[in-house]
Amino acid sequence: MCLAVPGRIVDTRDERGAKMGTIDFDGVRKDICLAYLPDIEVGDYAIVHAGFAISRIDEESALETLRMFHELGILDEELGVTGGAE
Amino acid sequence: MKYLDEFNDPDLAKRLFDEIATTATQPWAIMEVCGGQTHSIIRNGIDQLLPDSIELIHGPGCPVCVTPLGMIDKALAIAARPDVIFCSFGDMLRVPGSHQDLFGVKSMGGDVRVVYSPLDAVKIAEEHPDREVVFFAIGFETTAPPNAMTVHLARERGLTNFSILVSHVLVPPAIAAIASSPTSRVDGFLAAGHVCSVMGTREYGPLVEQFGMPIVVTGFEPLDVLEGIRRTVAQLEAGEARLENAYARVVSDEGNVAAQQMLSTVFEVCDRQWRGIGEIPASGWRLRPEFDAWNAELKFDVADVDAPESALCRAGEVLQGLIKPHECEAFGDECTPRTPLGATMVSGEGACAAYYQYRRLDVPVEVATGG
Ligand code: SF4
Repeated sequence: MCLAVPGRIVDTRDERGAKMGTIDFDGVRKDICLAYLPDIEVGDYAIVHAGFAISRIDEESALETLRMFHELGILDEELGVTGGAE
Repeated sequence: MKYLDEFNDPDLAKRLFDEIATTATQPWAIMEVCGGQTHSIIRNGIDQLLPDSIELIHGPGCPVCVTPLGMIDKALAIAARPDVIFCSFGDMLRVPGSHQDLFGVKSMGGDVRVVYSPLDAVKIAEEHPDREVVFFAIGFETTAPPNAMTVHLARERGLTNFSILVSHVLVPPAIAAIASSPTSRVDGFLAAGHVCSVMGTREYGPLVEQFGMPIVVTGFEPLDVLEGIRRTVAQLEAGEARLENAYARVVSDEGNVAAQQMLSTVFEVCDRQWRGIGEIPASGWRLRPEFDAWNAELKFDVADVDAPESALCRAGEVLQGLIKPHECEAFGDECTPRTPLGATMVSGEGACAAYYQYRRLDVPVEVATGG
């Protein structure tokens, strides 16, 4: 459960005092909380854990990590896309 | 070369393996602290491709595995209440308490829901003002900021039907406990990259000094893990003990300051029981008294249960690196991921489950230097 997946910020918004945004993980989009990276902007990459962006990452490393997760088949599982969490 | 081919850059992996093999002139035992690293090591056969002199000891870095039995039993008692919607990360559902698991509660009619983000639980509370919504807040420092945000928002939004059951654990005190144990064979540590992405690296310098062991902040992709091992072995062979950051693309020295501020607003340090290990002083976080109204342990009067572990299970020794999972008699027989006797068989990041899933114990493995 400590895996964290990099994604690209697609949009940001304020949701009743919490900075939220849409993030794209290699085609899978999720709503995540951006409160812990207050300066992050659309187009930036961040590492996401439990629905929160916790750390910035450069584009090259992010894409490399995503490619590897994809090959290992753990991206969908980690994002709960195939219900892997259950 | 089966395993090497599975690295995303087999040439680089081979170079790292070769360098470790040439550097290592004597036996060293290195503990990877993070369960994600354990998973990566076993899945990619890193431990089998390393020279025999380098032993990897799988540490207690799986929060699912170390959540104490008594806390699981509290979760089960709360989840079974008809007025409660109990929300949890998916990997907690199969963790055995003393009598059943959350799946069992669910199948008996309990409203147990898996959430991807702790904020989903807050949302459920807002949508169901007539129900009590409880979130099981487990995890290391990486998961604590998302969990802390839930009670912050609940307070901001005046949500009174939301609470969290907190069982947070901290990495540095666990490293200290292992390093100072008389039975420990560990010569150096790979610190958990994502924990450090939140907390920074500053807590680890004093541990390096106190125990005279290298600590290398390491990511969890196979090449990251290899690089962490390479740097640790290089230090050990040179007779050095330093703090190094082998995961600088994600981890800064200061960590995530906004997250740290939230953590100190919401949580305070407490002693914590670790399943299989026992109590480690100052090794956990609990809610500050200001958040009593959102503290599920206070809201629901759940008694402390003193529950014995399965007599067969040797998870405590596994978690401390004293035995490997397959040395447990129950491994693969009485104990499998479907019928786990101990928590280390439940989570994919637990050492027993990782060995069960990936370790082809009877299949000879070709070594990296073969071609
Ligand atoms: S194999 Fe099962 S019984 Fe043995 S130590 Fe691991 S979890 Fe416990």
